Amino acid sequence: MIPPTDSAVREALIDFVYREARLLDERRFDAWHDLFADDGLYWIPLVHDQQDGLNHASLMYEDRLLLKLRIERLKEPRAFSQQPESRCQHVLQRPEIEAADGEGYRLRTPFFYAEARGDEQLVFTGVVRHHLVGESGAWRMREKRIDLLNCDAALPSVQLFM
Amino acid sequence: MPRYRDDDSALAALIEPDQVHRDVYLDQEVFDLEMERLWRRTWIYAGHTSQVPSAGDYVSVDIAGEPLVMVRESNGSIRVLKNRCAHKGAKLVSAPQGNTGKFFRCPYHAWTFRTDGKLLAIPLKTGYEGTRLSDCPSGQGLQAVANVATYRGFVFVRLADEGPSFEDYFGDSLSSIDNMADRSPEGELEIAGGCLRYMHNCNWKMFVENLNDTMHPMVAHESSAGTAKKLWQGKPADEPKPMAIEQFIPFVSDYAFFDGMGVRVFENGHSYTGVNFSIHSSYSAMPEYEQKLVEALGEEKAKSVLRTARHNTIYYPSLTIKGAIQAIRVVRPIGPDKTLIESWTFRLKGAPDALLQRTLTYSRLINSPMSVVGHDDLHAYRGIQEGLKATGNDWVSLHRDYRADEAGERDRTVNGTSEISMRNQFRAWARYMTPQYVTPQYVTPQGTK
Repeated sequence: MIPPTDSAVREALIDFVYREARLLDERRFDAWHDLFADDGLYWIPLVHDQQDGLNHASLMYEDRLLLKLRIERLKEPRAFSQQPESRCQHVLQRPEIEAADGEGYRLRTPFFYAEARGDEQLVFTGVVRHHLVGESGAWRMREKRIDLLNCDAALPSVQLFM
Repeated sequence: MPRYRDDDSALAALIEPDQVHRDVYLDQEVFDLEMERLWRRTWIYAGHTSQVPSAGDYVSVDIAGEPLVMVRESNGSIRVLKNRCAHKGAKLVSAPQGNTGKFFRCPYHAWTFRTDGKLLAIPLKTGYEGTRLSDCPSGQGLQAVANVATYRGFVFVRLADEGPSFEDYFGDSLSSIDNMADRSPEGELEIAGGCLRYMHNCNWKMFVENLNDTMHPMVAHESSAGTAKKLWQGKPADEPKPMAIEQFIPFVSDYAFFDGMGVRVFENGHSYTGVNFSIHSSYSAMPEYEQKLVEALGEEKAKSVLRTARHNTIYYPSLTIKGAIQAIRVVRPIGPDKTLIESWTFRLKGAPDALLQRTLTYSRLINSPMSVVGHDDLHAYRGIQEGLKATGNDWVSLHRDYRADEAGERDRTVNGTSEISMRNQFRAWARYMTPQYVTPQYVTPQGTK
């Protein structure tokens, strides 16, 4: 592990994680989508310490195309499960930089996440891991992995992005 | 005041040939009776033998409100026991799966039982000398489920002593399980890739009915599969479709497509859509795998197996399967408005990993609690659960393509958009819920049965 010594870099990385969550909470999904690298992956494993997203089921394992599909669906007047709309709120602990490599940095951020729709509210907690890389002069997510504390529980519909 | 428990005529009156009363979805008493009658008198899916490959391996499962444990014995056989210590009733195992070794040991007072249920030992046994324990149920060991049947690894139980035999209950509908297993070059399936568990806040029958409901995909899934189709519009025809796009787009096929798929119903509530073709028929070829299957089965049989691409087969009331992509959904009712849907996937033994990956992609896109298609469907079920509270019309319509003579046939194939599969489910429902009011005269080549 090579912790970055440059405090400006560290601050930029941490700011990225906070901003990323805020875009979701403000339903600015297109701007959020732009934060993914071209080969970016959004992953919510189904089991603890899951290593493999291809040969094992996941709650979500989506590339930019599938994420785009979700975002476009949310704009559809006939996305009936979004009547009324869901809202979400992330509450993040300060991100830690866990590792650095030639391509970028890996950050670890414990979080609480609430998703509300009508009279119902769901609350989740876990750890989000970002793999951030530089692309066209900006940080982008190569991977956002969300390890839920209750990933293997029987869950109701969870409709937005954690 | 019980309305139905002591009045089978009232219960029988909930089902008409072409419509059903809303209480079948809403009423707690009806639900309790379903668990006591339908879910005990019929064959319910417990699990797959590949989940318990080694001696002592077990999985725990609740069926009709009863905790059960399915265990592999040292002689290789499968046993299903009540997960309840003979002593004070504590569950012997509480994990979803594990290995119990040569015996079960109760975590409360250390009574031990062999994997066939026989009482092995009790600490300080002298304390029972001179008592009548050995003459009482608690001295007899664990209760084993007497009626257990395994078909190509699929384990079913019938909790009631009386009821149809396994073969009579499922009949020719078992060909869908055959088609799934025959797709393995070794003829065997293996559970792989974990279990997606999606809690549905609706009645279990809404989910089961939907599996052969071909009039909803182009409507309910317009926002999800329809958006996938839009995203792909304008791409050159020869651009290879990502697997996800290939799997989403057929959901929004037109009415003619779904009508042409065809639906086939069997007695006892079983049915499948996709008699002629299905939304799974046009997936990209996998030449390496297909070659292996040809080597294993011969060209003709391999082609026939692969050409059979049924949509959803319902093994009423507990299991729905997709042979063409080796995925199953298991129905675990919890209350009138609460149902756990478990999605399991299989590896075809001897097939390349790409097939398991295709199955897992489908299951994640369609069956995860975070699936947009799942959101579309569950929203519809929940809408029914709430909408049916309205008074003024107590009936749910199942009239589409109803024909008065359909009730007498044990095996009938009709156009895919018919609601015959749902009417067929409720005919079975009535048969097991109120048998004294229903004496079905099924026409068979051998005469009536």
